[in-house]
Amino acid sequence: MSVARLALRQVRFTNKAFWRNPAAAGFTFAFPLMFLLIFTTILGNGETQIPGTNLLVPQSTFYVASMAAFSIITACYTNLAISVTFQRDAGILKRIRGTPLPSGAYLTGRVIHATLVGVLLVVICAAFGRVAYDASIPTGATLARFAVTLLVGAAGFAGLALAITAIVPNADAAPAIVNFSILPLLFLSEVFIPLGKHPAAWVDFVGKVFPVRHFTVAMQAAFLGTPFKWSDLVVLAAWGLGGLLLAARFFSWEPRK
Amino acid sequence: MGERAIEVKGLRKSYGDVEAVKGIDLHVDQGEVFALLGPNGAGKTTTVEILEGYRSRTAGEVGVLGHDPAKHALDLRRRFGIVLQSTGVDPYLTVRETIEMYSGYYAKPRPADGVIELVGLAEKRDTKVSKLSGGQQRRLDVAIALAGDPALLFLDEPTTGFDPSARRNAWEIVRNLTAIGKTVFLTTHFMDEAQYLANRVAVISKGEIVAEGPPDTLAGRDRMLARIRYRLPAGAPSLPEWGQAPVGDGSYEMRAEDPTKTLHDLTGWALDRRIAFEALDVTRPTLEDVYIELTGGEEGSE
Repeated sequence: MSVARLALRQVRFTNKAFWRNPAAAGFTFAFPLMFLLIFTTILGNGETQIPGTNLLVPQSTFYVASMAAFSIITACYTNLAISVTFQRDAGILKRIRGTPLPSGAYLTGRVIHATLVGVLLVVICAAFGRVAYDASIPTGATLARFAVTLLVGAAGFAGLALAITAIVPNADAAPAIVNFSILPLLFLSEVFIPLGKHPAAWVDFVGKVFPVRHFTVAMQAAFLGTPFKWSDLVVLAAWGLGGLLLAARFFSWEPRK
Repeated sequence: MGERAIEVKGLRKSYGDVEAVKGIDLHVDQGEVFALLGPNGAGKTTTVEILEGYRSRTAGEVGVLGHDPAKHALDLRRRFGIVLQSTGVDPYLTVRETIEMYSGYYAKPRPADGVIELVGLAEKRDTKVSKLSGGQQRRLDVAIALAGDPALLFLDEPTTGFDPSARRNAWEIVRNLTAIGKTVFLTTHFMDEAQYLANRVAVISKGEIVAEGPPDTLAGRDRMLARIRYRLPAGAPSLPEWGQAPVGDGSYEMRAEDPTKTLHDLTGWALDRRIAFEALDVTRPTLEDVYIELTGGEEGSE
């Protein structure tokens, strides 16, 4: 079998196992929706300004875009990194490593599964936003760019997820380290809080350097009609590629001693 | 015996300043059950993980099924099966799904149901892995190792943590494997396991092989003096000079170079006086006696 077919086969088994842990699967899906509800409720149904534009957009639609970005990041970065670390520490990865399954096929399978979960989450967020907040849904060329954004984002964050497992010493530390690496960026990158017209210079700088805001901005383009820039996707892809290269070098298939 | 399944020459492995394996030689013929015996921390797992391609070696030559595992790991994984000491499988898949998943990695797998039956998990085939007992999970490990119908199996302490009946079952599984022509490389620190399963054993201690051979003749075990033990019934006349060697619990013990003759003399003496010895017992040193001697009774540390 080719690596691609082996990877797809692996998706099937990963998916089976995923849904048989209803608590984990349930919360994965509950998180973005819960945040969408909370943020929209607390921060009201007013309007917010997108940095670098003169556009005023409804707060609720803003959060549909943000939570779509958050969904992909949760599934492809946070969950993937934590889950792979747990599997590593449980010796599951070492066992797989003792078979002829190419390591790339296994990891690709995991990434594809995370992407599917992320996309499903985005669809749910968008549908919920449409029904509850009358958010606009991307169509036509915007939809195509949106799809590319999703895929580049999912792959990019998955690459980073595999990379960060290398510095996670054990499964117990995984949630703390992974969340520490992503939560501040979620706050500084227009995911949780709109930055307003003139964000502080250092906040703007953080947004430009790290991949999260580039992803959020690309998602906003799909939902809010803000300008879409391919450069955002290039930055995302570069981060993902960097992550993959680091993972290729430092990823561990065995528990760290 | 046929070709060599495994050939190791001068294998060394250092972790920093610590030399875990200090230049060992060993070989395993095809169709043989070979056991590497040793206390915890003696270098067993390091050695077997080098053979499996998990670890690099510091020096020496290693051939597994004619290939160097450091260079052809992926190729070799198609042809051997592994039971590692502490590995896991996805807890949310069932036994059958797990075997199906692993079978799919191989070109010519054994039928999943047959493998499940071979390890005695047929009744549990639709049970989730998380619901299996420790012994059952270990059997699942063996089933996974067999999924690809490998010619060679590595079993790293396959029965550690088993209750006695589970161990017996596991032994039968390994015996079944040899009956279908598999080569088995086993590590264990249970002497009875090695005695029961292995054609040949090597004892590793502090990173060195200290003895190697069939379990019955290991380290000249077969040539060691037999031990005769017995008790005298109450009121028996005192023993002749040559039989007198009382040990702590009131028994007498003697070492016999020629146990046939010694026993004859001893029982002749008893019959003449119409005495029946109590608890008469003739033993050879067990594999465990030899092992304790070889490894200096060293306590495991790991």
